[in-house]
Amino acid sequence: MTTFLADTALVFGRYARQTLRSKIQILFGALMPVLYLLLYGPLLTGMPLASRGSSWQVLVPGLLLQLGLFGAAFCGFAIIIEKQHGVVERMRVTPVSRLALLLGRVLRDAALFVFQAVLVILVALAMGLRAPLFGIVLGFAFVAAMAVSLASLSYSLAMRVSTPQSFGPLVNAVNMPAMLLSGLMLPMSLAPGWLNVLSHLMPFRYLVDAVRAAFVGDYGGSTMLYGVLVAAALLAVSVTTGTRLFRKAEA
Amino acid sequence: MAVISTSGLARTFQTRSGPVQAVRGIDLTVQAGEILGFLGPNGAGKTTTLRMLTTLLAPTGGAATVAGCDLVRDPAGVRQKTGYVAQSGGVDPSISVREELVTQGRLYRLSKAEAEARAEELARELDLTELLERKCAALSGGQRRRLDIAMGLAHRPAVLFLDEPTTGLDPGSRSDLWDLVRLIRAQWGTTVFLTTHYLDEADALSDRLVIVDQGRIVADGTPIALKRRYAGSPDATLQDTFLAITGRGVTPQDATPVAV
Repeated sequence: MTTFLADTALVFGRYARQTLRSKIQILFGALMPVLYLLLYGPLLTGMPLASRGSSWQVLVPGLLLQLGLFGAAFCGFAIIIEKQHGVVERMRVTPVSRLALLLGRVLRDAALFVFQAVLVILVALAMGLRAPLFGIVLGFAFVAAMAVSLASLSYSLAMRVSTPQSFGPLVNAVNMPAMLLSGLMLPMSLAPGWLNVLSHLMPFRYLVDAVRAAFVGDYGGSTMLYGVLVAAALLAVSVTTGTRLFRKAEA
Repeated sequence: MAVISTSGLARTFQTRSGPVQAVRGIDLTVQAGEILGFLGPNGAGKTTTLRMLTTLLAPTGGAATVAGCDLVRDPAGVRQKTGYVAQSGGVDPSISVREELVTQGRLYRLSKAEAEARAEELARELDLTELLERKCAALSGGQRRRLDIAMGLAHRPAVLFLDEPTTGLDPGSRSDLWDLVRLIRAQWGTTVFLTTHYLDEADALSDRLVIVDQGRIVADGTPIALKRRYAGSPDATLQDTFLAITGRGVTPQDATPVAV
């Protein structure tokens, strides 16, 4: 166990240092949600989007999870480039376990997206967001869970794809319906009945709803419970699937 | 003492058009300190064999031990005791030479101090000291290849697998690399398992040649013994010998395609 943790930390450190060298990557990832805050958020001010809280308490949780959805799902691009340089193959012949190789990377991704989420929250506070600190921290936890889940799946998918040209459209084909059905921009409770029912099949909806509940201080309700359960299930399934595919895939 | 021993090692791939036997049963023994040239035409099964011996690919038949560890039951043990230098290298262009070498040592469970000391030692031995702080992207082809090999040696492996180590290098860099391979064996007693498309390279470097074709070993012996046996003279070229054994050339240009 100690060896596994040390290996995971080593892989995390390698990729964290790589990220820290690219300040543009760190800041650029937060740009899209910040633009939404600045150019889209004011349109919603005063609109009755939910039974409790302001429009910012509805929009900002969606933007936080958007970071995970659009950031983590595309993490696989990096591994395709690494495969071309032979880095993945070199790491796969070391004694470090496949799980540690995967977890070290996805934990770096989670740390990056949580940092970007902090930047988004700072801008949102300046724009008018008011939410309990604990709720915001819970939001970060959901961002981390989503990042770990999606990055695991993204890396394992990328191990089976040979070019970025085929990877991008594949991820987009999944991401677009996921974004629309999970109610990232507006709550799905506003949708017509059939769309609302359909959106319940999308796991990310439960995460967004849970973060929105956290932002109005509702920590003990069924929305939070479902959010936590879905996040835990998503983590377990995606990391297990990711490790299995990562182990089987040929570099 | 044998450091690589395989018995009936085989790999079959399942494809849409049915199973393809890439390696059909390799029986091979490599002695400690030996430089073995592993040759074959394109599609002969040499890369598949190499990938199995380095644990990148699971065999579908047979058995093997590498550096005293069972290939199937103890792949982590095999990885700990072997080094692998892939044809594509394996360094991150955005990272410095020093950081890559130290991280590589750490991935093989050296302590930080040990990994740092080993990086210095390898840099000294492989003429990389001046380049330690340079980004890998800034290295020439020959320098990059020396770094690749240094990475493969970071943990003092018993066996070093080199996959097409001089592909894409100019003649001067190739010659330097040959000297380096000889040095590795002389200095550390490392066993070298080498695949190459360059027959002059195999001839110059290898103590013994194993030639595979259609997934099986078709010839095994010292370069001189093979030349005498298959080309009729110890002074024959390895190219003639290879053609006599396989009926085709070794390079991608003159190889007959074989489905693998």
